[in-house]
Parts: sequence; C-alpha cells; structure tokens
Amino acid sequence: MPQPAAALGERRHRGSAYRLWRSYTSHLSLILMFLPGFVLFFVFEYFPLYGVLIAFKDYRLLEGVMGSPWAGLAHFERLFTGPGFKDALRNTVIIAALKLVIAFPAPIILALMLNEVRVLLFRKIIQTVSYLPHFFSWVILSGMMFAFLSLDGGFNQLLGLIGVEPVSWLLYPDYFYGILVASDIWQSIGWGSIIYFAALAAIDPTLYDAAIVDGAGRGQRAWHITLPSIMPTVIIVFLLGISGFLSVGFDQVYNLMTPATSQVAEILDTYVLRRLLALDYALGTAAGIFKAIVGLALVLIGNALVKLYDKEQGLW
Amino acid sequence: MIRSTRGERLFDVCNILLLLLLGISTLYPFMYVLTISLSTPADAARESLHVLPTAPTFEAYGKIFEHPQLWRAYLNTIVRTALGVALVIVVLSLVAYPLSRRTFPHRKFITFLFVFSMLFSGGLIPTYLLIKQLHLLDTIWALVLPGAVSAFRVIILRNFFEAVPGEVIESARIDGARELTIFARIMLPLSVPVLAVIALWTAVGHWNAWFDALIYISDPDKQVLQLFLRRTVLENASLTPDQQLLDPTQYTPETLKAATIMTVSLPILLVYPFVQRYFVKGIMLGSVKG
Repeated sequence: MPQPAAALGERRHRGSAYRLWRSYTSHLSLILMFLPGFVLFFVFEYFPLYGVLIAFKDYRLLEGVMGSPWAGLAHFERLFTGPGFKDALRNTVIIAALKLVIAFPAPIILALMLNEVRVLLFRKIIQTVSYLPHFFSWVILSGMMFAFLSLDGGFNQLLGLIGVEPVSWLLYPDYFYGILVASDIWQSIGWGSIIYFAALAAIDPTLYDAAIVDGAGRGQRAWHITLPSIMPTVIIVFLLGISGFLSVGFDQVYNLMTPATSQVAEILDTYVLRRLLALDYALGTAAGIFKAIVGLALVLIGNALVKLYDKEQGLW
Repeated sequence: MIRSTRGERLFDVCNILLLLLLGISTLYPFMYVLTISLSTPADAARESLHVLPTAPTFEAYGKIFEHPQLWRAYLNTIVRTALGVALVIVVLSLVAYPLSRRTFPHRKFITFLFVFSMLFSGGLIPTYLLIKQLHLLDTIWALVLPGAVSAFRVIILRNFFEAVPGEVIESARIDGARELTIFARIMLPLSVPVLAVIALWTAVGHWNAWFDALIYISDPDKQVLQLFLRRTVLENASLTPDQQLLDPTQYTPETLKAATIMTVSLPILLVYPFVQRYFVKGIMLGSVKG
C-alpha cells in the first residue's frame, strides 16, 4: 500500500526516538549505576571549563559567571602588560627547557644501562631503590633537601672531604635551576625508566643473534637495534609530556623556593596561585587559559612534526 | 657465547659502578635524614656524613609526639585516605562497567567526554570557585570528591572490563543473571587485581596530597599531615608543643625537623617494599590501548 513520504519520515523519526527510549529502559539498571559517578565527573571536570568564562568578564561573586558584565580581552591585556607575568613566563620556559634537555633523556639512559646488567639481583635492587623517591610528596622531599643541602648538611659534609667551602645551596638564585633539575632526576629517573625498560624487554632477541652472526659489536647492536626499537616509546612519552611543557613541577618549585630565590623561582603556576590568594580571579584564570592553549598547541605541533618524520608514529 | 673483549668488560665495570653510584646517591638523603632524626642535637651538629646514627635516641620523636597538632593531622590524613580510596573504588567501578557494555546508550559520546577532559581542564581558579559555590570549603569533601572520577582511570578500568570475554557474560545471562548480579558476581571478582592497583595509587596520592588542603582548608583542626610538615619544616613554625604552631621567629632544631619528616614518611616507607611491584605492574596498565 503506497504511503505519503512525509508520513513515512514521521514514522521513521518516531521510530528512532522510540528505539532510544527502549535503549534507556532496557539499560535502566546500568544507567542508575552509571549516573552518580558521571554526575560527579561532569560537575568537577566540566563546570570549571564553563567557569573559564570569568577570564572574559568582570567577575563578581554575587552575580555569578553569567550575571557579571563582559570585559572582552581586557584581562589578557592586563596579564601581558602587568608585573610578574613576563618574569614567571621566562622562568617557566627556562626550567621547562632545562628539564626537557637534561631530565627527559635520563630515564632512557638508565633503562639502557640497566638492560646491560646481567646480574639479575643487582638490577632488581637498583630498580627498587631508584623508584623510591617517586612515592614521596615534594613536601617530604623538599624537607629532606633543605636538611641535606643546609650549611652543615650532608652535601656540604661530602664536599668538605674534598676541601670545598660549605654553602647554603638553596638560598642562592644561581644554584636554583641546577637543584631543580638534579632533584627532578632524583625523584623521577627510576620510575620513568620502567616504561623504557619494558620496551627494551620486548625487543625480539633473534635480532641480536642475527647481528652477532653478522659481526656487530655491542655498541653497534645498541645503536642499530636497541635505539630504533625503543624510539616509538620515546616519541609517545615525549608527546604525552609536551602538553605539560609549561607545567614545570609546581609541587617541586613551590616547596623548594624561599624568599631569597623567588626572583628565579616564580613560575606560571605560582603566579596563578598568587592571583587566587589576591582574589584577582579573572587575571589568574586568564593566565591559566594562556597555559592551556600553549599546551594544546605544542601537542598539535609536536604530533604533526613526528608525523612528518614517520607517518606511523604519533598520538593519532 | 662469544668472549667479551677488553673494552666490553671495561664497559660492564663502569656501568655497574655508575648504577651503584646512582643507588647510593638516591638513598643517601633518606639515610641522612633518618640518622639526624635519631641523633641528639649535639650529635647532629658534629662534622660527619651521618650515614648511621652513632648513639640512636628517640628523643626528637618523643618531643614531636607531644605536639597535639601532629596527631590531629595524622588522623585527618588517615580519614581522607580511607574515605578517598573507598569512594574511588565504588564510584569508579560503577562508572566503568556500564561504559564497557557495547549497547550502553550514548557510549561513544560519553567516552569522548572523558577523553576530552584529559586534554583540557578549567584550571585552578574556576575549580576553586566551584568548590566555594558548592559550600565544600573547609570540608573533607573538597579533598575527596574532585579527583574521585579521574578520566584516565575510568578508561583503564573500562578497557579491562571490555577485555572480559563476551561469552562469560552471555552464559551468565542464560543462567538468568541480571545486570547487577553479573557486575557483582563476575566482573568485580575478576577485576580485583586492577582495583587493587588503583586503590594503591589513590592511597599514596591522598597520603601525599597537600595543595588541595592548602587552598580549600583553613580550619587548623582539619589540616592534613603534609601541610603540618610544610608549616613546621619548610615555613619554620615551631615544633615544640608549648609554643604557638605558627611562630616564624622560633626556629626548629634540625633533629625535630628530621623526626617530623620521618614520621610523615613512615607509612610509605613501611609498605613500599611490599607493594612496589604492584605499582610497576600498574604503570603498564596505562599503556593498554584506549
């Protein structure tokens, strides 16, 4: 029996709404399970995303985000021209670059070194010890470092053995970045090496056997087999970390800084915290947006560069 | 086996020595602080590497244990850790299981919402204002609710549930099991190893957390242990109980500081040897393809 096209469309439309309704009712118990946690997630992850609007508003607590008048880009202008931000950005970029160049390769080197150890027990002990600092907060680790690096602390006692005068290491701006990078390695080298070590263990041993037959020495095997085999892992870790390029370790910096080193230690994250404490919410949020956009841009650029080099690699 | 050349043997020796050096320098600050905490102030001031205490004494521990704020903070941290872990385990598995079912409505879109939240977040200040507007400031909920449903962990757990063979669920359904029974009787027991790893992560995270308490909690009676440590050791508040907690003029002797650091670290130091391998397994969970 012929039917008018409009009625057919209507029925199909009603059909899909009906199917959706059926899908809800038939999954009712699953939906009830799901909702409480999902609401929790949505409130704490997505409401703040909406709250980001206050960077574009003259935020007044009583009027809420929507009720406050628009301010355009005035806060961003205030951010880029105002005091503190440029210094914080400069310090952040310096620390980020230092950590990228020195601290990023450290776990790779450790994994390669561990891979060459043939005494299993020794390797396990070194691994277990090297993971240890990862499990402590930077409040604890900083407390240890202040004790260890103080004027009569262990580090100066050690240096005293070779005749170096004691110094209050953490009170000098000149040493601050060095201490940051060194303690970052101390805290994360072992933990960071786990993923590379797993990648090394997954290399097909017949590759090495074939190379030995061909007369390749240990160095050649490391260069031509080991390194190319873990490169994909290195790239993934790099890309996952690059979005946090400007997150240079707030916990570490904030707990290690003193008034004496604040000139070199103020970073974007501490800048945002100080705006929060000063109740200048809009400015702090604007700084946060700036950081998030830079992070997103870096991931996109990094991924594109990796794809340029090898289409198979990259995050997506 | 091919005989190693002289250069290769030299490499092996250097490699072992360097690794040994790394191990020692990783441990030395821990040993140093432990030794200082077990020394008398006079012993601590002596010129020495302080690797092992010469005459161990618990004098410093005795002094800081008299500090009422320490016990208060210890209790607060234990409560937030226990509550935080319980909440994460319950809510996370309740969210991840439905999401693992292929027929769940809007499954793709919801998964996208979780993944997107990992790329972009509102940042510190909008989150603070949210907590304030929800009237959660100065409550324990400000410390346990915001991180309870982390997108990353939802995805990990969902992937784990998805990997359970469909036949298992199918046969249970033929036997007349309902969704809740399948979840409670089959999926939960199967996922105990993953949930244990997530519980450990969460516990260490809560034990070590301090920044959320710094901005959300102002009532000194609700302070957590890490902040007690920060105030006394890093901000030089007095550790002797007869004085005000926040007295910046009163400098704390090194032995008291060291004893405080060790007291806060102790639970982690004690469980670390036993749980370390679960953490190592756990890090590989994250590499399961999403």
